[in-house]
Parts: sequence; structure tokens; C-alpha cells
Amino acid sequence: MSLLCQAPTALVGWPPWLEASVQHASQFWMANMYSKGTKRKFSDSVDVATDNKAVLYSRQRQSLLDMSLIKLQLCHMLVEPNMCRSVLIANTVRHIQEEMTHDGSWQLVTEAFSGSGPSDHLVATEVLCRSSVLEQQDGGPKLYSVMGYDSCHEEEVVTDEGLCSVAVGDGAPALLGTIDHCWDRAVEDRVIKDSGSEVKDGTRSWEGAKTVMGQVFGTFEIKNGAPGSDPALEELFSAVDASYYDLDTILTDIQSTPKMGPYNLLDSMTSSHGPTSNSSCRTDLNELDHIMEIIVGS
Amino acid sequence: MHLLEEDQGRCVKADIISTVEFNPTGELLATGDKGGRVVVFQREQESKNQPHRRGEYNVYSTFQSHEPEFDYLKSLEIEEKINKIRWLPQQNAAYFLLSTNDKTVKLWKISERDKRPEGYNLKDEDGRIRDPTTITALRVPVLQPMDLMVEATPRRVFSNAHTYHINSISVSNDYETYMSTDDLRINLWNLEITNQSFNIVDIKPANMEELTEVITAAEFHPNQCNTFIYSSSKGSIRLCDMRASALCDNHSKFFEEPEDPSNRSFFSEIISSISDVKFSHSGRYLMTRDYLTVKVWDLNMESKPLETYQVHDYLRSKLCSLYENDCIFDKFECVWNGSDSVIMTGSYNNFFRMFDRNTKRDVTLEASRENSKPRAILKPRKVCVGGKRRKDEISVDSLDFSKKILHTAWHPSENIIAVAATNNLYIFQDKVN
Repeated sequence: MSLLCQAPTALVGWPPWLEASVQHASQFWMANMYSKGTKRKFSDSVDVATDNKAVLYSRQRQSLLDMSLIKLQLCHMLVEPNMCRSVLIANTVRHIQEEMTHDGSWQLVTEAFSGSGPSDHLVATEVLCRSSVLEQQDGGPKLYSVMGYDSCHEEEVVTDEGLCSVAVGDGAPALLGTIDHCWDRAVEDRVIKDSGSEVKDGTRSWEGAKTVMGQVFGTFEIKNGAPGSDPALEELFSAVDASYYDLDTILTDIQSTPKMGPYNLLDSMTSSHGPTSNSSCRTDLNELDHIMEIIVGS
Repeated sequence: MHLLEEDQGRCVKADIISTVEFNPTGELLATGDKGGRVVVFQREQESKNQPHRRGEYNVYSTFQSHEPEFDYLKSLEIEEKINKIRWLPQQNAAYFLLSTNDKTVKLWKISERDKRPEGYNLKDEDGRIRDPTTITALRVPVLQPMDLMVEATPRRVFSNAHTYHINSISVSNDYETYMSTDDLRINLWNLEITNQSFNIVDIKPANMEELTEVITAAEFHPNQCNTFIYSSSKGSIRLCDMRASALCDNHSKFFEEPEDPSNRSFFSEIISSISDVKFSHSGRYLMTRDYLTVKVWDLNMESKPLETYQVHDYLRSKLCSLYENDCIFDKFECVWNGSDSVIMTGSYNNFFRMFDRNTKRDVTLEASRENSKPRAILKPRKVCVGGKRRKDEISVDSLDFSKKILHTAWHPSENIIAVAATNNLYIFQDKVN
């Protein structure tokens, strides 16, 4: 995985579990790209005649969406990313999501997820960059960006307040948007609450997209926001990009344990967990390697 | 169209060239590269002895303009890549230019020294201090000729005014002020004052999440010091008059072409993003470059461009691949010739295109060592879209997208062009019979 090999250099000085999270997220996205491709191949060979334009269009649109989200996320660079490029990609993502919302296909995605049982929840860690200046300036307590269900999990994952801190700005979605660091360092996994209640509503997926945007653009500047409030945190938990769920469902069946941190998550990914819903999508590491090379353009 | 002859293929052994600019007389040509260096070429005086060497450009001065820096606040590197160079009009024997990287603009003075003082009393020729007791007579130092030395000194450093990356600088017609433009703001500076700048355009939204548009380029009007234009990533150009208000957030004119509904796709917005905007020398027209076209606008008509030229329309069906490999975000520049009759812009595969506005003819040329020898006439190239490929044509799928010509420059009065192809600089001149 050429990109993953580069990642450690970009994350010099970061703890290993953080690097693992970054790799983990990258793998998820790569796998999603791969899985889409595999599906297409499989069905094409069997059913070319019945593939109508609409299905093709929606597949292309989905793959464009995936590609765009990868582009926004994969920035293991030392230099600040090009803002014009980020804005244009983000606008493309918005455009696709608007269209998908109108189509109702966005609703389908979220409904598909909400149908699955609570056993499919995934332990997620949201690790954001340090904002040491904000700490000094605000002085106040920062919200932990790590989400979990119970306190013992939080203890597991949160190792250093300085590392995982979020300065809260104005407005709920801006919660993530107030990170001063380059957004490329941010790794966003998803959180699935035990109740599963947060993700049923398809309209909230737009909030999820907004959160991604906020994360992207918020990191271009340093904000001195006031410490956040509980409603903001609520919004944070509920504002999740639904396409992540789709990916996870297809990819893997990882049972969460309270003790599982992101490092263990990586291990379980590479071990022989077979996917539950779609057997044709396997996370073959060699294939992922190949896909990554294409994406990175090495 | 004129026949072009390659006078020389200068290969600058630096990193990738990131900007090229002639000075107002055309005597000097400056290039900036990714390594933060500026190389200035000077045109040779024409001599009767060697008539075929009609004013070739030779290296005049090389200096390190910007160094890489580290932004400790954001833990990010600030690249030393020179984004733009702009020359100031010459007012004395020295030359002045502005060069900028992502965050800092610097004013450089390039001056010649061909004499040096000799005959000091207190030190000898090597610079060693003389023993005062050995000095018995006083002498007046005299200036003696020496080998020409060109030195570049930074005269002003304009820093800490931009949160985002600077993409343009433009000197005003009053020659006292200039503006620097980043993704969201434009600042006005006085050339003499470095600790103060005025913000004249600010499109930053209160909530960064609502950001959908950035500024991509800006330029002062060549004749009216109060007027300037800036282009956006949404394909619009705004003309502002600084006399109207201190903060020019409200434009005086708004140039935007309505979208063609038949060509709509997910990439429509990306390819409409304007990568460069340039006033014509006359000041009557402005030219914009977006991903696939170059457009000439009349300042008096905001609804649609006067002329639209297709640069490489064969890429329209490849937009998805170009999005995947990020080529769709390449920022091509465009230039006018001295008389505003021809416009030029770059493309891929080391191709560049010229459009004659009067005859409506266009030509595709290539800047590469393999295909051109010194003093050979450049052969027009052609890209074949589909079907049968004729000999000498190149098919779209064989184009090398890593060889892109983003930066070109045209001499202010003569038909001499400078074309930057990655890390090579090509200078072409008009053929004289």
C-alpha cells in the first residue's frame, strides 16, 4: 500500500494507534471503491442486457461520490491542500448528494442500514488534530472527539487530551469545523450509537455531508470558538455520512467489544472476517494495494 | 499566422517552472520555480557581427527569492514555490520585480555593478586592515572598472497579510500600489510600506462550511488605477471600482456566461472554474481561461463573452478520468500578444495553442526537444479525436498528461514567446526572412 507507507512519515511523532486509525480509514474507503467495482463486474458479466441506463447512472454517480470523498480525505501531506480544489470537490459532493436526496436513493441507503440489527454497530474513534493554540487561547475544557458508548471505552481510546481535542465554534456542524489543523490529518470513522436511533433519518445524512465539509474548510483557519454545548455534541453524533454505513455493511462484520481500540480494529480487518452481506466483496489486501496505486497515481 | 522559429531551447536546470514573465520593455524575462528560485534572462543586444543571433536571451541573474518555511500554528509547511512574478516599470538603472510564494510577497532590486572603488587608505586591496603607522600619505579612492556583476537584493518583504494561499499579484497603473490575492481576500499594498495593507475584497463567509466559491485570479486594469477584476471558481468575473467604496465586496460589473444545459454534468462547475484572467493591453477586453476554453470578453458586455475558443475540447469526454487523476484542477494561464490580436494558452503533451482573433485561425504547437531543433520551424500539431489517425497526428489516448504547459509569456511588443514545459523553458521567435 504505497499511500499507507507514506502515512507514517507524515504522522511523525503521532502515537501508533492514531496512525492505525488513519490507515484504517483509508482502507475503508479503498475497499468501498473496490467493492463497487467488483459488484459492477459481477453483474455486468451476468446481466448485461438488463442493465438499464438509470442503474448505470446511479452506479457511476456513486463511484464519483466515493472518489470525491476519498479525495477530500486522503491528504497525507505536510503542505496545506489547495483550497480551490477542495471547494470544487466539495461542491461536486454536495451536488451528487442533492441529486441523490431528490431521487430518494439517499433515503434507501440509510434505510438499508437501519434495517440491520444492533449487532452490526462498529466501534469508532474520531481522532482530530491537536489544537494547542486554541487550548491556550480558550483555556476552557475541550470536548473529547472520541466517541464511545460507555466510559470504559472512552478511557481506552483517549490517551491524551492534547491530542484529541476539539475547539467548538458556532453552530452544531461547525463543531468539527473548528479544527485549526490541516483537515487532511483528520480521520473520520463513524459512530453508531447502540440505540441506532440516530441514523434512521435520511434527511440527517445531509448534516453528515455538511460535517465533512465543515471539517474540510474549518481546518483552513483558526477559530476561537466558545466551548460547545451538549446539543452540539448530540448533533455531532447524529450527523454521520450514511454512505459510510453502506460501506461497513458490505465490507466486514466486526463485532465491537468495549475494549476494542482502533489498533485492534485494524488487526481484525486484516484477519479472516468474512463479509456478511456480500460475499463477492472481499478485502483482499493485494487488490487494495493496486487500487491505492491507481488512486494515488504512483 | 506567422511561422515560428525556435531560436534556442533553454533548459533551466531547476525544478519545475512555476511562473514566467517579461518585463515591460521585453528586455528581461523572469522565471520562478518550485524551489523558490528566480532566474532572470536578458536579451542580447543585436550585433552586426552575428546577425543570426538576433537578440537571444541569456541568463542575467539568479537568486533565491523564497525559502521554505514552517507554520508552527498549523504545523504545515509553507512552500517556497514562486507563484507569480510581476515586474515594476523601470524608473532608474535598476530593475524591480515582485515575487510571491503562498504567503509572502517580496520586492527585489536587480542592479548592475561594473565599477568598484579602489585605493582605500585604511585597508588594502584584499580587504585587510592596513597598519595605520605605515600610512604616510592620503589618497582618494577611485572607481575602477570591473567585471559586470548583477546583484539582487530584497528591498521589501510584505508578509503576514494572508491567511490563505496567494495566487496573484498585480501592480497598479499608479506604480505606487499593488494588490495581492489569496483564495478569499484581496489586499492592497503601498510598495513602500510593508507593515500595513488594506483589505479591498473579502468573500470569506461567516461560517466556513458555507464556502462554495474562491477567488482564483485578479488583475488591475492596465490604464485605470482604480479598476480591477477578479475571477472565481464558479466561472464568474467581477469588476470593481475602488472609488466606490473602501471594501469592494459589491462589484461594478459581473461577467458570467449562462450555463449550457446540454453540456451539463457533474463536472460542469469544475471545468467552468476560471484559472487565469488577463486584461488586454488596450484595457478594452479581458480574457479568461477555464479548463476547456479561452474566452474574450468586452468590458461593456457582461452577459456573455465576445469570443470563445476551444483549447482541447476532445477532453470533454474524458472528464471523469481527468477528475480521477486530478488533472481537471490544472490551472492553465493565458496571454495576449502586444497588439491584442493573438491569444495563447497551454495544453497537455507539451502542446500550446494560439488563436488569431482577426483571422479566426488557430494553431497547435509543441514545446519539446525531440520535435524541434534550434532554428527549425515549428510544425503545427494536430490531435485526432477518433476514427482514422493520420500520419503525424496524435490520438487523444496517447497524450501525456504529465507534460502540461501551464505558464507562457508573450513579449510586450515583439513576437517572442516564452513557454515553460515542466522544468524546461522554451523561447520562440518570429522568423525573419
